[in-house]
Order: sequence, then C-alpha cells, then structure tokens
Amino acid sequence: MNIKILGPGCKNCKKLMENTEEAVRDLNVEATIEKVEDYGEIARLGVLKTPGLVIDGDVVSEGKVIAAKSIKKLIVDKR
Amino acid sequence: MVFFQWMNDQLFKMTWLYDLVEWLVEGVFGLSMSSRIGESVHFFIYDTVKIFILLTAVIFFISYIQSYFPPERTKRLLGNVKGFLGYVIGALLGTLTPFCSCSSIPIFIGFTSSGLPVGVTFSFLISSPMVDLASFIMLMSFFGLKFSVIYVVVGLILAVVGGYIIDRLDLGRDVVRYETASDKPLDELTLKDRIDFSIQQVKEIFQRVWLYVLGGVFIGALIHNWIPESLITSILGEDNPFAVVIATVIGMPIYADIFGTLPIAEALIAKGVSVGTILSFMMSVVALSLPSLIMLSKVVKGKLMVAFVFIMFVGIILIGYLFNFLNV
Repeated sequence: MNIKILGPGCKNCKKLMENTEEAVRDLNVEATIEKVEDYGEIARLGVLKTPGLVIDGDVVSEGKVIAAKSIKKLIVDKR
Repeated sequence: MVFFQWMNDQLFKMTWLYDLVEWLVEGVFGLSMSSRIGESVHFFIYDTVKIFILLTAVIFFISYIQSYFPPERTKRLLGNVKGFLGYVIGALLGTLTPFCSCSSIPIFIGFTSSGLPVGVTFSFLISSPMVDLASFIMLMSFFGLKFSVIYVVVGLILAVVGGYIIDRLDLGRDVVRYETASDKPLDELTLKDRIDFSIQQVKEIFQRVWLYVLGGVFIGALIHNWIPESLITSILGEDNPFAVVIATVIGMPIYADIFGTLPIAEALIAKGVSVGTILSFMMSVVALSLPSLIMLSKVVKGKLMVAFVFIMFVGIILIGYLFNFLNV
C-alpha cells in the first residue's frame, strides 16, 4: 500500500503525517508513507486544499487534518 | 436603540469582561488600575481573553459558511463570470476562503491552471488573507462599525484594482503552470459534517495563531504603557509625513493573522496614531509579509512578482494617506 501526504510542509501536514503513521502502526499494514511537498505534484493530483491524503493513487481526504481513527477506516476500506 | 447599544457593548466590546478583569487586577492581584503595572496586566489579560473568545465564536461561524464554498466551487463560479465583474467576484469570494496562507498557493495553482485569468486569481489571492468575515467582526469589536466597514471596503477595492492592473500588464507568462487533474465531484456534506468541519477549523486556527495573539497583545501592552508616547507620535504621528510609509515597511517582515495585529492597532489608536497609518500597518502585516511572498515566489516569477509587490506596496500606502487626509 502506498500512502501520500500532500502539503507544502506546514503544521497541518506534519500533524496529518503523524496521524497516518499512527494508523499504519496500529493496523500493522505494509505501507510506504511519502511526503509530497512539490506544488506541481500536488496540483497534478487535483488537490486544492492541503493537507491532502492519497491512498494507492486516490485522493481520500483534502483540506483537513483527519484523526488516526478516520485514517484507519480509510485504509481498511481500501484493502 | 438603547438595547442595541447594550448588546453591542456586552457582546462585541465585552464590557463585562473589562469589568471582570478590572476586579481581578485590583481585588485579587492587589494592583491599582492607575499604576502602569496594573494597566499593563489588565490590557494583557483582557485583550487575550477577548481575542480568544471572539476567535472561537467567529471562526466557528465563518467555517460553517465556508463549508458551502470549497475551492472547486469557487473556481467554477469564477469561471462563469466575464470581464470586470470577475475581479469583483474574485475579491468577494476571497472573503469566504481559508485563513491559512499555506493553502492559498495550491488554490492559486488550481485556479490559474484551469484557465482563470491571472488577475482574477490575484483579486482572490489579495482579498483572501486580508479581508474576511472574521476580520470584519473582530475589527468591529475592537474599533467599531465604521472602522471595520472602511477596512473591508478598502481591502476589497485594493483586491479588485490590483487584479485588474495585473491583467492589464499582461504578465501571465510569469505564472508557473502545472497540469492538473480534472475536478472531482463535490461531496455532499451533511449538517454534522459541516459542524465537525467548523469545530476542526476552530481547533486548527487556534493552534496556529495563539502564539501570534500573545505576541501581539504583549507588544500592544508595551506600546500602551511603557513606550513613551512622544516616541510613537514622532515616528507614526500625524506630524511625520512619512508615518504611513514607515508603518507599511514595519509591517512587511511581520507575518501574523489579523488577530495578532488587533492589540497592536488598538494600542496605537489609543496613542493617537491616525486611522490611515494603522490601516496601512495592518494591511501590510496580513497581505504583504515576507514569508507569504516567499511562498508565492514559488509559483509566480519575474516581473509579475515585482508587479504584485509594487501594486500592494503602493496601494497600501495610498490607502493610508487617503484616510489620513480624509481624517476619518
């Protein structure tokens, strides 16, 4: 599983990163978590509001810092 | 009318809080309100608590409205208007968008890449951090209705004129273009989603700005009671013809939300600094700060970047002189 955190590196993106790491750890899934800070890449994925969360190529959340609990649910839905 | 005045005093000016803090300072801390320490402590506690209460209420309310205007919808709305009206709508929609300037860059890319005129996008980008409903309500609480209406109207005019001039200059090639994905359908939000979103926004913004607010209140308290009035008037007072320029330049390196500038502006007004000078200072802090310019320079290059900074700088200074001249 490939997870991307989109955002220029502001506080919100860092928080989302932490929450995602927590979710992955708790679920014990095999996943690579990437940080995408490049605006071009963010734009290509069609995200207008950062931070964005992408799981296996799909934008699953944008413009908000979601809790680890919600991220777990998104990961489970994806599997 | 009497009732309205009472509501205004209690709800927006929070006179009850003023009295409560006065009691705290005199009764509990045993400091006299006529001493410098007592006054400073009062200013600090009262302003901090007042800003935090207002911030929470206002952001919740604004976020709720905002949840109806995600950037995708704004983009579509703007795509449908033609000509000069585009700048006006762009500036107006800027009042309803996220407060964080870190999210304005992806929005900027999304707008320009989808073919919206660069100037319309700039109208949006100028008004977005500077004018919004939250700042309107906060300003009203601190300085009354007249000042807040002036601030919002002038801010919108700057956004409209700035965007218009940028299109006239025809510098669209200086915008870094990106390919973008096609629009996703918008999620239907339930009432609960919107409320959750608003609560989340309050938390986020609170976390982001509390330090700036404390910093602002601290500086405000210094100006209020410790820095000699003569020093402030000699630099920013009416008799110094460069007061507006100085205020604008001082504001540039400072990066803060309007919430952090309020206590400083409040203290300056109390020291007799003119409204125009204060407007320039506030606008320079929120709309022309170095950190946000650095962020913007990633997507806007060369002459366009220079033009943007120049327009904002001159515009803010003109606004300051205009209002000092009109003596509002």
